Amino acid sequence: MINYWPLLGIALVVVGFALRFNPLLVVAVAAIVTGLLGGMGILNVLAALGHGFNENRYVSIIYLVLPVIGLLERYGLQQRARTMIVRMRGATTGRLLVGYLAFRQIMAALGLIAVGGHAQMVRPLVAPMAEAAAEKAHGKLDEETTDRVKAMAAATDNVGVFFGEDIFVAIASILLIQGSLASFGIELTPFQLSVWAIPSALCAFLIHGTRLLLLDRQLQRSSR
Amino acid sequence: MINLHWLYVLAGAMFAAFAVGSALDATNAKRWGNASFWGLVAASFWFGDLLGDLGNGLLVLALVGLAGGHLLGRGARSSTTEEEREQLSEQFANRLFLPALIIPFVAFVGTLLFNYSPLKDTGLIDPKSVTLVLLGVGVILALIICYAWLKPPPAAPVEEGRRLIDSIGWAVVLPQMLASLGAVFAAAGVGTTVGALAGAIIPSGSVFLAVVLYALGMVVFTMIMGNAFAAFPVMAAAIGVPILIKQDAGNPAVIGALGMLAGFCGTLMTPMAANFNIVPAALLELKSQYAVIKAQVPTAIALLIANILILYVAGFQL
Repeated sequence: MINYWPLLGIALVVVGFALRFNPLLVVAVAAIVTGLLGGMGILNVLAALGHGFNENRYVSIIYLVLPVIGLLERYGLQQRARTMIVRMRGATTGRLLVGYLAFRQIMAALGLIAVGGHAQMVRPLVAPMAEAAAEKAHGKLDEETTDRVKAMAAATDNVGVFFGEDIFVAIASILLIQGSLASFGIELTPFQLSVWAIPSALCAFLIHGTRLLLLDRQLQRSSR
Repeated sequence: MINLHWLYVLAGAMFAAFAVGSALDATNAKRWGNASFWGLVAASFWFGDLLGDLGNGLLVLALVGLAGGHLLGRGARSSTTEEEREQLSEQFANRLFLPALIIPFVAFVGTLLFNYSPLKDTGLIDPKSVTLVLLGVGVILALIICYAWLKPPPAAPVEEGRRLIDSIGWAVVLPQMLASLGAVFAAAGVGTTVGALAGAIIPSGSVFLAVVLYALGMVVFTMIMGNAFAAFPVMAAAIGVPILIKQDAGNPAVIGALGMLAGFCGTLMTPMAANFNIVPAALLELKSQYAVIKAQVPTAIALLIANILILYVAGFQL
């Protein structure tokens, strides 16, 4: 008999996020409830939570770039990024982000997923450039439109890395697929798997690229 | 051998400096909350392996208490003003990009040099963490260059870094928290339950429907767990291997690769993937914490349909 009660934890997460409670609180409560319903003692749940937190510290290493980025912002990095775009002929938000999408996908396909990212590329360079390109063509933007342009810059970074990295043979997700299927006696090489990431990468470029170029038109319309 | 622990020492030092800076910042009414929060993060980086699982669990509870009790604030310490920055950016011109690009450049060239040269066999850097270690090296190099060239006040990197970290706030540790939630979910058997449910509703006879359910299962479970890595083994065991590969004789490479990529479409649509979706919204100071997800949903849905078609055609028709 399968114990369905732990699924309540998932519901808690959904409800908690929807009601906009502090996400850390939601996650902690969901973890404790799920663990207890799954038959773990409270101390075991706490230990599992602590163990997971400690093992995943590497996720937070990326914040090491913040002092450098903050320091350069102090000396006008974002302003410089804007000036550069304003002086560039033919630069629009859409074209700029399409260029970044291609760059991010190609770098990721070569296994270079650290070239790019929100802290080191999007905040200091890509987002201010996208914003400046929009302002150059359409004048001062309202806050809502500015946020949309910046959000699109972050989205482009994500789409680029997700749908580029699997073309690289030695990336964690490819090795995980290989390992999972091997446990069922299905032996594949990483190369056989990564080849099949190419059609999706092309689709991602076409779909997201089209949306980026459409963004230019929407900015045009909303500026009138 | 240089491994992750060297970086943890460095990150711990940075967060400890943030904690001290916070405690000294009289413009922040909640400065002790910030100081405790970053101090605990520093403790986690420095002493996490000595605290034991339960000790780390208590540390997590303390972080959650500080965030849930709204005890974190933001100071108003002045960096440079908008006008000063315009002026400085004219003065330093395009050379300002160089230190920012050093970090990705060191990661790029460094990884290539390391992997395709005899350095790899010297055991200088742990091969599993090459990119992260080189990221740390790039940061240190960039800092040295900035100090030599821009001659900022000595504490400026800490103060400017603190300005950015405070704009992200408690969301800094959300990705780590979600990863541990995933671990608890796994320990409580959520994965096997979801897999059993997905396996039970599979209709027999229609390969296309089975493909759709496999892809949707990857999306939904990825959205719940916040990452496709946790979802893949479960969905592979529930539908991918027994139904698509064994029963319907699909191409295993296509089913494996496209299953994962369908999961990535889910990653684009969930707040549980905090480091990709929630942290950037905070980092870009967007009004809605879901703004990045909203920007991604249309791409994710169109791409999911594309992935399902590729999965069906390449997996079963070629």
